[in-house]
Amino acid sequence: MRIKHVRRGVNRAIAVLAAGTMAILPLAGTATAQQPAQPKVLRVALTTGIDHLNPFTASLAASTQVGRFIYEFLTIPSADKAEASPALAESWTTSPDKLTWTFKIRKGVKWSDGQPVTAKDAAFTFQRMLDDETARTANGNYVANFQSVAAPDDTTLVIKTKAVQATMDLLDVPIVPEHIWAPIKDLNDPKTDDLSVVGVSDGPYQLTEYKQNEYVKFKANTAYWRGAPKVDELQLLVFKDVEAAVNALKQGEVDVINRLTPTQFDALKGQPNIATNQAPGRRYNEININFGVEDVNNKPIGNGNPVLKDLRLRQAIAQSIDTKTIVDKVMGGYGQLGGGVIPPIYSAYHWDPSPAEARKFDLAAANKTLDDAGYAKGADGIRVAPGGARLELRLTGHANRAFDQRTAQYVAGWLQQIGISVKQELVSDEELNDRTTAGNYDLAISGYATNPDPDYALALHTCAARPNAEGKGATTDTFFCDPAYDGFYKQQLTDTDPATRAGYVKQAQARLYSQAVNVVLDYDNALEAYRSDKFSGFQTQPQPQGSILEQTGYWGVYGAVPAGTETAAADAGGSNTVLWIVLGVVVVVVLVGGGIMIGRRGKAADDRE
Amino acid sequence: MTQALTSDQAAVLVDPDENRGGTGTTRFVLTKIAEALASILLVIVLGFLLFRLLPGDPVAFMVRERPTDPAQIAELRDRLGIDKPLLTQFWDYFTGLFRGDFGTSYIERRPVLDMIGERLWPTVLLVGSATVLAVALGLWLGIRAAWKRDSFFDRAQTGIALTLWSVPQFWLGLLLLVVTGGLFPSRGMHSPDAGPGFFAQGLDVLHHLVLPCVTLLAVFYAQYMLVMRSSLLGEMNADYLTTARAKGLRDDLVRRRHAVPNALLPTVTLVFMQFGMVVSGAVTVEAVFSWPGLGQLTYDALHGPDLPVLQGVFVVLASAVVLMNLLAELLYRVLDPRVRTA
Repeated sequence: MRIKHVRRGVNRAIAVLAAGTMAILPLAGTATAQQPAQPKVLRVALTTGIDHLNPFTASLAASTQVGRFIYEFLTIPSADKAEASPALAESWTTSPDKLTWTFKIRKGVKWSDGQPVTAKDAAFTFQRMLDDETARTANGNYVANFQSVAAPDDTTLVIKTKAVQATMDLLDVPIVPEHIWAPIKDLNDPKTDDLSVVGVSDGPYQLTEYKQNEYVKFKANTAYWRGAPKVDELQLLVFKDVEAAVNALKQGEVDVINRLTPTQFDALKGQPNIATNQAPGRRYNEININFGVEDVNNKPIGNGNPVLKDLRLRQAIAQSIDTKTIVDKVMGGYGQLGGGVIPPIYSAYHWDPSPAEARKFDLAAANKTLDDAGYAKGADGIRVAPGGARLELRLTGHANRAFDQRTAQYVAGWLQQIGISVKQELVSDEELNDRTTAGNYDLAISGYATNPDPDYALALHTCAARPNAEGKGATTDTFFCDPAYDGFYKQQLTDTDPATRAGYVKQAQARLYSQAVNVVLDYDNALEAYRSDKFSGFQTQPQPQGSILEQTGYWGVYGAVPAGTETAAADAGGSNTVLWIVLGVVVVVVLVGGGIMIGRRGKAADDRE
Repeated sequence: MTQALTSDQAAVLVDPDENRGGTGTTRFVLTKIAEALASILLVIVLGFLLFRLLPGDPVAFMVRERPTDPAQIAELRDRLGIDKPLLTQFWDYFTGLFRGDFGTSYIERRPVLDMIGERLWPTVLLVGSATVLAVALGLWLGIRAAWKRDSFFDRAQTGIALTLWSVPQFWLGLLLLVVTGGLFPSRGMHSPDAGPGFFAQGLDVLHHLVLPCVTLLAVFYAQYMLVMRSSLLGEMNADYLTTARAKGLRDDLVRRRHAVPNALLPTVTLVFMQFGMVVSGAVTVEAVFSWPGLGQLTYDALHGPDLPVLQGVFVVLASAVVLMNLLAELLYRVLDPRVRTA
């Protein structure tokens, strides 16, 4: 029996030791893996998904961004003002009828495999999009209007369009190497995401590794025509949870993060070695008012409350929404007051109502408007429309967004004070989308991200953007359909003089505002943070106050300036020391604990026997 | 969805027909296999119909916040085939399954089988290792807790287990992230800085595995412990234990050779049920640690919704549960003679 006991004890000790070793191994692994930390690496937390790297089919926002890092464009929005600036195209001219565009392509730019970048590559890219439906998946909108594309020589690209197109100087289409892509017949082939294909590029960074759902790794393109980036390596690390990403920033696992909530942003403020960046954003938040919406064939669609067809009622509602309170209380101050649908970040096109046009927050005035319009208050304080219908409206929004939850409460409170009862219906994103695209709402919290070119934001309110009877087939924001607005829209689209075009863009926004079909609540700030001990600066867009990651361009990661290398090295050493200390503690605890247990067990068994 | 399936399968477990024929094991096995196949068929039909009740328009999701003209949208709808009649869609889907074609994701436009394939291994690794550890820890603690019923050990362990069991997984995960202070990576399964080579890569994966695995383990083990504890308690006063003790056997041996084997059956059922669920992953833990597994795939696919992915995942998960239950039933007959002869 004794011998048996001893053997059991030994067995146990071996088991404990084995378990301890297992626990240590993974730690030891990273300790060695972290050794070659010499190159300057910029690690960016990616909180949205990547579908493809193939720039023809890469549609999700993060994938588009990857395309911006590795490929050069004909022109890109400048860092300082987010306006068209030369990239692959040194300069460009238009014919008098504005239908023919001639781009002069820069000489001396090379693909990463050494081949020269020529006008033929650009022509190939656009021609492929014209010929191949799959090639239009991501950016088809830009070529929908193209008549022909040609490259008469290596430095000249000629594009003819069917109608005048104002977005021609900002075609957001990555130019790909013809010698790599021409042999590829099927652009849906998964191989088009491989390094052998997307690894050949001419942008500031070159792809070196792609681990699906986990990370994308790049190295600096030392031959980049603007000059090599100051960091050696760029990593985009997928985080599914922003809270975990914030923690990773604090612990130095990532260097830059964006899409922070005001709460997270505030918590990061003042943390050691972390700098925060609050920049004007590209997104507007709004409340849409169902003014009796119609589908693209002018047939009524949805179940909106017909009382909202009355412009006076809509204006009274708009006047009862205090956008300042929304910015201060809901956004925690991290937003700008709403005006037109183009945010102030695009200052050339942004429009704010003049004091005369503005609907100042004034509940008394709103009440008076409704009194005058014949909406009498009932016994319960809820107004009744002249036809006898009670003013009861549904307010729908995203159930999972704090902004919607709080905004809905504020709005319901204000409208209650002007005699309108509001039923809050916050639902899933998909359900909300179903409701709004089918016109099944009275008031809906919505919002869109805009582009440097105002065309997209304006197009969302044109007659043609309205969907079919099923609520599908096109993307409208407000269902707005107004001849005057569409007139301004067409004029801005076909006017290539920047100043007069901006004039039309503003007139269109003023017209939209006057009809009170939506209330622009605010423009979100882009809230970002980075490790100031590792990076001393980034090139923002626009300047001086712009965003690092939320850009239409590569400026942020291209212009990243690493801080002195000593701090980085010291930091790595520090974390290793901690690692080893903890390791030691773990080993001791395991051994001592195991020993005590073996001893106790042996005794207990003896006693019982 | 998995919950409903479990009860469905539980019903199969206590099939009253089981013992009527009595012509032997072969017939029993064949019947069980046929039943499993029928269940999977039902799952395929159900999965197809179920997800079509979800709100949302995949195409609207795809073109969200990107300039897109109506012609482009029409092209997309046509390519995805979402405007085809439901019956045609089902037939395409159903016949595709037999060719091993689970369809193409709406959002990512990649074959669903590829997407599931690349997510399966991370999930099996994470949830599998957590389950194995949880079973080992749970059984060990459960046996000891029952043996020393109402002792300090019993009360403390039961309390700890119940507390961990009721803690929200994402909270526990985030807490571990903060407390461990950067000792373990906070995201994913691989570090972009890990060296090449099998050994370095393997260590890197293990290093990434620690936190999510510990989180799951902490939440998982309570059920095994409590089931083991209560079923062992049921055996504690049995006469055969008295007999065994009277023979002069050591307490340890009485427990190990006599009590535990008899108390093991309910736990075996539970373990197999859980192994069926392994592939369904752990949505929240995968999200907190950005673990590239099936749970995340399912969660992401709900946006859109990405119907082919949801259908595919549903079929794979349900099949795993059905398969594991089938195994459990067959194993039951091996483990416990009473089931065979009853």
